[in-house]
Amino acid sequence: MDPKEEIKKSFIAAIWFMFLTFPIMVVRVDTIEHTVTWRWERLIWVGAAFFLLSFIWRRLLDRKLTGPSATDTAPAHAAPRWKHLTADSRLKRPALAAAALFFLAVPLLFSWNKTILVTNALIYVVIALGLNIVVGLAGQLVLGYVAFFAVGAYGYALLNLHYAVGFWSALPIGAALAALFGLLLGFPVLRLRGDYLAIVTLGFGEIIRIVLENWNELSFGPSGIDNIPPPDFFGLILNLRQTHIAIYYLMVVLTLLTILVVSRLQHSRIGRSWEALREDETAAQAMGIDTTRAKLSAFALGACWAGMGGVVFAAKQKFINPGNFTIWESILVLCIVVLGGMGSITGVVLAALVLVILPEALRVFADYRWLVFGAMLVLVMVFRPEGLVRARRRVYAFEPTESDKTEGP
Amino acid sequence: MNWDYLLSLFMGGLTRGSIYALIALGYTMVYGIISLINFAHGEIYMIGAFTALIVIGVLTLAGWNGMAILLIAAAAAVVYAAAYGWTMERIAYRPLRRAPRLSALISAIGMSLFLQNYVRMAQTANFLPFPNLIPDFACLKPVAHIVRASEIVIYAVTALVMLLLTLLVKFTRMGKAMRATAQDREMAMLSGVDVDQVISLTFIIGSAIAAIGGVLIASHVGQINFYIGFLAGIKAFVAAVLGGIGSMPGAVLGGLVLGWTESFFTGYVSSDYEDVFAFLFLVGILIFRPSGLLGRKQTEKV
Repeated sequence: MDPKEEIKKSFIAAIWFMFLTFPIMVVRVDTIEHTVTWRWERLIWVGAAFFLLSFIWRRLLDRKLTGPSATDTAPAHAAPRWKHLTADSRLKRPALAAAALFFLAVPLLFSWNKTILVTNALIYVVIALGLNIVVGLAGQLVLGYVAFFAVGAYGYALLNLHYAVGFWSALPIGAALAALFGLLLGFPVLRLRGDYLAIVTLGFGEIIRIVLENWNELSFGPSGIDNIPPPDFFGLILNLRQTHIAIYYLMVVLTLLTILVVSRLQHSRIGRSWEALREDETAAQAMGIDTTRAKLSAFALGACWAGMGGVVFAAKQKFINPGNFTIWESILVLCIVVLGGMGSITGVVLAALVLVILPEALRVFADYRWLVFGAMLVLVMVFRPEGLVRARRRVYAFEPTESDKTEGP
Repeated sequence: MNWDYLLSLFMGGLTRGSIYALIALGYTMVYGIISLINFAHGEIYMIGAFTALIVIGVLTLAGWNGMAILLIAAAAAVVYAAAYGWTMERIAYRPLRRAPRLSALISAIGMSLFLQNYVRMAQTANFLPFPNLIPDFACLKPVAHIVRASEIVIYAVTALVMLLLTLLVKFTRMGKAMRATAQDREMAMLSGVDVDQVISLTFIIGSAIAAIGGVLIASHVGQINFYIGFLAGIKAFVAAVLGGIGSMPGAVLGGLVLGWTESFFTGYVSSDYEDVFAFLFLVGILIFRPSGLLGRKQTEKV
């Protein structure tokens, strides 16, 4: 395109955004002290940034409009080189082995608070894989997913407090409780689609949090529950540090289990019915899929991972309160699923590790975390709706057998 | 029975309801035209309130005072909110017009998250006091415990905005184009309606109305922060659904009904569960009357 025209467009964009961000970026009013601070230098930064961004934006948009046919219709060998890495099973095995070795060695390589961070990231991997079932596979946008996490965590804390239920029995109970809540949420919202579902489930998440905050007799209100015992590992007496390392390995095992189960589910009969539901509910129904069953099973099977994650979270934190379960947790998990690629297990695992560890590792980034996540959701949707790693549908090839060949006309 | 209390709850409900109605109009207009829940609509309302606060701060320092400041601040808020609404549509929704609805919805959530944190980072995370610039009318003295001057202004402005909007949609060329687009976008295109322009205009009008609501409620309540748009946005959405999403009189009715029920609920039952109540209300409507009070029943076509 004409470079002059390009510069003009970018210039207009820069001026527009300088105008748009002027009051909020530049002026800072203190209504108590009655002072006004002007931060003019910011205006220049905004102008310069949007001048450049405008070029990039138009370039990407052009590429999106003309480009996608190349990747969609061309066979796999036309895909970028790194895609070979994920597709080629000869490279996949060593890569997986290296990853497994790395995760086994984390407590040896890093200090124990870094290990706790990785444990946290693994908890998010598990719950994100759960949400991936609901959003990525079944296409039901649930925004109150944190509620199931809270059910698991509070389930363990309360059962332990009142009935001295141990961690290992709480783990399946937490999962079952969360699945039950999934069904409970599922029934009233069965008839709702997309946007309504999003708001109702967001409300559901908030309801659980508000109830936990106000129902003092049940949940001890905002002060939360303290002294939640860590898991018992074969009766060993462990100090604080060893307990955290043990929980880390427990999380590694749980993550592997989740990946195994979710990937088996994805290619099962029910997994395929979820994908059909996501693509077109009406068509799926016409093909004889019981959409009620598919939706409810997606809710229940998605929720149970969050419940399990919640139990481990409570055991690891030793202290929980309603502040752990805000809408932001739900949105973070949604960001993980969207960035990783809806329906793609590899993508979700990678995204969970990146989005949880990165803000902690780079404190500078932590402040801007939500700003970046918000922008990321928009940009991913506009430019790469399939996420970092595109979910590949398993292809079922029909291979004629000998008898087919001979019996042909 | 304490009649004054009842009456003050009624008036308080009307105030809430008017604000919900003003925000719900934006939701319902956008939904009517592109079938998208604009999650970031509450943020536009918040940005309107912030812009007004900033303008008020600057003008007060320059020595202005009284109603003039409020009017200029409100005008600035409307202009900026409209500009943000327009830009938001261009960036986050227009490229996704042909994408699945889930994509646009996630993009809207992202936009909402972005705008909230943009204001948080550029301004502050704390509550800022918002000066009350609406003078107390002398004639309201005897009923001061029931209704405040700022509430009277809210009722009047809300009514005026609704009247103007109805006139715009019913009697102007642009309004006709909007109705046509809402009915059938492709058919409207074929008849020469510039659909892109109509959609932009819808965002501009909806955002401007939300900003008016933002300024009014901020000066009534007396404080704002970056997070006010979230809950207000969700409640207004409940109002829009209650009235029947896509229907403008429905949005107003829904806003008022929600405002009153909330006000009476918190007044007579419990204020701890105020927000729970709004959500339960939403679930109830969606189960028993998904098309809302004034909405038309939609049959699904394949």
